[in-house]
Amino acid sequence: MIVPLSWLKEYVEIDVTPQELEKKLFDAGFEVEEMYELGKDVSSIVVGYVEACEPVPDTHLHVCQVNAGEHGTMQVCCGADNVHAGGRFPLALVGATVYATAKDHKTVEGIATIKKGKLRGYESEGMLCSGVELGLTEDLYPGAGYNGLLVLPEDAQPGEDVKKLTGLDDWIFDISLTANRPDCQSILGIAREVAAMLGKELRMPALDYNQTGVVKEGFRVSVEAPDLCPRYIAHYVHDVEIAPSPAWMRRRLALVGINAISNMVDITNYVLREIGQPMHAFDCSYLEGNEIRVRRALEGERIVTLDEQEYEMNPSNLVICDGVKPVALAGIMGGLNSEIRDTTQAVLFEAAKFARDSVRKTARSLGKASDSSSRFEKGVDEYSTVLGMKRALHLVQELGCGKVSATHLDVNTGNSLDPKPMKVSIRKVNGVLGITVPDEEIYRIMENLDFHPVIEGDELSLEIPAYREDLLSAGEGDVERYPDIAEEVIRMYGYDHIVPTFMPTAQVTTGGFNGYQKGVLALKRTLCSMGAYECMHYSFFSRADLDLLRLPEDAGERQAIEILNPINQDYLLMRTTLAASMLNAIARNEKQGTLEGRLFEVAKVFEPKSLPLTEYPEERNRLCIGCFGVQESFYTMKAVANTIADSLGIRFTYTPVRKPFLHPYQAVTVSCEGEELGYFGKVAYDIQEELNMRTSAFLMELDMEKLSAWFETRRTFTPLSKYASEKRDLAFVMDKGITFGQVEACIRKANKYVGQIDLFDVYEGGQIPEGKKSMAYTVTFEPKEEAFDSEMIQKFVDKICRVLKNELDIDLRS
Amino acid sequence: MWENGVLSEKLAALKGKMEEELGALANSRELYEFKNVYLEGKKSRISELMKEMRSLAPEERAGFGKSVNELKEWAFGRFQAMEEKMKRLELERRYEREKIDLSIPAAPARIGNLHPVTLVINQLVDIFSGMGFEIYEGREIETDYYNFTALNTPADHPARDMQDTFYLSPEFLLRTQTSAGQIHVMEKKKPPIKILSPGRVFRSDDDATHSPMFGQMEGLVVDRGITLGDLKGMLDVFVQKVYGEGTTTRLRPSYFPFTEPSVEVDCSCFACGGTGCSLCKGTGWIEILGAGVVNKKVLENCGIDSEEYSGFAFGIGLERTAMLKYGINNIKLLFGSDLRVLGQINEK
Repeated sequence: MIVPLSWLKEYVEIDVTPQELEKKLFDAGFEVEEMYELGKDVSSIVVGYVEACEPVPDTHLHVCQVNAGEHGTMQVCCGADNVHAGGRFPLALVGATVYATAKDHKTVEGIATIKKGKLRGYESEGMLCSGVELGLTEDLYPGAGYNGLLVLPEDAQPGEDVKKLTGLDDWIFDISLTANRPDCQSILGIAREVAAMLGKELRMPALDYNQTGVVKEGFRVSVEAPDLCPRYIAHYVHDVEIAPSPAWMRRRLALVGINAISNMVDITNYVLREIGQPMHAFDCSYLEGNEIRVRRALEGERIVTLDEQEYEMNPSNLVICDGVKPVALAGIMGGLNSEIRDTTQAVLFEAAKFARDSVRKTARSLGKASDSSSRFEKGVDEYSTVLGMKRALHLVQELGCGKVSATHLDVNTGNSLDPKPMKVSIRKVNGVLGITVPDEEIYRIMENLDFHPVIEGDELSLEIPAYREDLLSAGEGDVERYPDIAEEVIRMYGYDHIVPTFMPTAQVTTGGFNGYQKGVLALKRTLCSMGAYECMHYSFFSRADLDLLRLPEDAGERQAIEILNPINQDYLLMRTTLAASMLNAIARNEKQGTLEGRLFEVAKVFEPKSLPLTEYPEERNRLCIGCFGVQESFYTMKAVANTIADSLGIRFTYTPVRKPFLHPYQAVTVSCEGEELGYFGKVAYDIQEELNMRTSAFLMELDMEKLSAWFETRRTFTPLSKYASEKRDLAFVMDKGITFGQVEACIRKANKYVGQIDLFDVYEGGQIPEGKKSMAYTVTFEPKEEAFDSEMIQKFVDKICRVLKNELDIDLRS
Repeated sequence: MWENGVLSEKLAALKGKMEEELGALANSRELYEFKNVYLEGKKSRISELMKEMRSLAPEERAGFGKSVNELKEWAFGRFQAMEEKMKRLELERRYEREKIDLSIPAAPARIGNLHPVTLVINQLVDIFSGMGFEIYEGREIETDYYNFTALNTPADHPARDMQDTFYLSPEFLLRTQTSAGQIHVMEKKKPPIKILSPGRVFRSDDDATHSPMFGQMEGLVVDRGITLGDLKGMLDVFVQKVYGEGTTTRLRPSYFPFTEPSVEVDCSCFACGGTGCSLCKGTGWIEILGAGVVNKKVLENCGIDSEEYSGFAFGIGLERTAMLKYGINNIKLLFGSDLRVLGQINEK
């Protein structure tokens, strides 16, 4: 929120520097996001009194002798049409900075430093300035809008600081507020806090006014949706004279970035910024039926707002209507039909409280926001409705732009604006903070916050002002509010008083990862050791991703939970597989020129038990590995899987499988002890092509929850055999279609001592008959009860050969 | 010297011949050939010379034998010296031959790494588990009650608006904060509670500095007599362990519905030590987390007596912590899986 220091000072004496004030605000919970001097870009500007002014022949220039008081008298050349002897103008001294303007003398093009110069042979020491060159506008300083020199008042002393004179020495604070303090959404609200911080008196703005005897006969206000409008105050003002606002008001509005329009409109904007109460002024001559109705909009009802936009409404929108039609979108913007014009003669002021949720939803659904709606969204307290109306009526009178009638209608749901009593224990307040704040400090702070404290022993009695709705929201039977008071105390006392302690009263607890979490981390480290990098993808995916995976309509993966309000269609669904994100990640890497690598992600997949959700879905951690590059193959992927199994002390079994996104002959399921854990395989070529991937990619997905069954399996030591193992190299000739797995199974079936079976050669062609291949193995025999001699081994080998011949028609290669 | 003229000459000639050949040897193969020819075995020149003994008179034999043995010893001596020299030379030559271009780039070793966010989680878990915090990973899909209502977030609070929260149904949503897990823990477990809850959270925000999904780590302590001072004390230990010994914390008032009082926590800038730099935007402080004393209503909502027990909670943004730690300048890089980025991070 924008707060000009000069405006703030109207309500509280500030005897600290802007920087000190910033620190105080910060410490009390009001972060100043930005602060700057209004004239920060302008320096060394003094009042120059033109003693003599001679025209330079054949030019528009004048040569002036300018008296700058203590800075001396200097010769300045000037091209402005309003320069004349006896005039007082801003003089930029040599070395001064001012805004440089374009040829139109209006558009600011940067900042210029004034140098000594020569114009048409005449020395010029300095520059006489326009309002624009000082960064002033007509609203900020009357006369500053003139396209020529800024005329300074007659009583301006030569040499006097012009920044001070024109208010350019003002400071602008941009303060960010927390959601619990809507009462500070105004200059007055901040002033209250500053007064408490500095221990100064708050000077309330004038609220008094005189009513005339005029009554708007029969005028009624009815609130038909009290849940959306707990308070509605209307006041009738007659004999209105629309004119520009006075300079002081225009300046203040300009300082907070609001364009002055006319006195009546400016009053509503002024009260919004000063008191924090959004106000609206209706032109009474356009209100029909002599009444105001606050009701929900009808389905399809339309309104054209002040900015000439038309909106179609529905019953979730609150509208202000006269006897016939909608005249305002409640809390957001008035209707064009009843706007204030130059001809307006009577005005109906509105100060209301609208439910913030309702204003927010309407603003969002219609895509319409205003100063007013943003206040209501943050919360306007009822105290402000009363205060705002009084202030507006006072200003009407002060500006002399209308007469305050006796017609005042206040529809109140029954809330009192009296301060609410609260009692808390000082011991408990200190107990929250862990320090003992002296009673007199607590008293001082509560007094400064206007809580009217009374301390009796341990009991602190308070009266909470009506505008502190954050402290008043506690209903009956609610828990005690001493932590709120502790917060008020410490933010004013200072958080630097908190003494660090290390839970002296706490019991000892044991901490750390549990077995599952440790297992996941160990698995991740195993993958890193194989050259894989962990990555993290959004938990969302899209229908396009499901299509990318070529998943059929009835695939389980398509049973994904949908987000009702997605950011976009790419982030519409909760992932049921990590495969698509991984494929996209690989494709991005290839696009960046990285043509090989290994990635993995551990994240949840979401499996709904019903759609739409009626109970918690299953959330299962999954491991997804993606490998790509020329050196990767089905077998390198298998090595990764085997290493995972090894790290857990288990063996995986692999069974061929068809997946729509994998190569039909290079994909398997991964199982352990009969439990299917996932799959891996080569990515189908059409997908590779669709993603413009230049190299082959491989994917693996394993269910982490299932895998975790083996996380805590301890491997125990098996004593080493006393007998040496024996190895034999055996080459067999067989049909091409026979797999290693078939051969291995036969060998193991034939002999129980077989340990490792290593394939060291596969060969086709040459002496091998057409349609056949040779596979060469090293078979290790592990003795258990007794040592093997070569005769025994020969018997084993013979048996193996017989079994292979019988079962698979495999011959030993001679 | 032994006097037989002919044999004496033969001896001298052999020695001369050997001397000559030894001098001409080019490598150890020739050296061993020399050994074979002259020194070793029954057919070697020296052995053959020895055979001449038979033609000598018995009284001459001893003298002759001695001379031959002397020659043999001399020759062996020379052979050994030569052998040593040859080995040395040949080793030198071998090294010479194996001279390589040391500047040729090495084939990259394939060692992966954990994600920066995982590394941050591990570091934080390490610090807090030493203080007795258990790790609890909650659900990512939550109900409105656990994410908001139980956390004292009133029904019309802006945080509940559709703009910020991803809804899956009127009741279910993607958790917007790991605080949602607090409630599940407190419902099941009674004090003393010390938990740390890392995980993914979701908010409907997607621009240069916001990601619709990000990581958070929630810490919660509930026990008897827990104060704001304890929060400060624990955070001091935490920042010193993460950012170095001299780091200090600063608390400033803030607002969260589920804590009261609520604070933002800044730590002194670890880049400049608090004097002001580009990292801390000249302030000397870096915002690191939000925290506060657990709101009594939250404890009551979980059936914990808020007069007997109190607690504090804090929430750390994991991406932000990782970005500060590794100097990563764009949050989106953490979700991009770009190996050129991931390859730069190491576990330090």
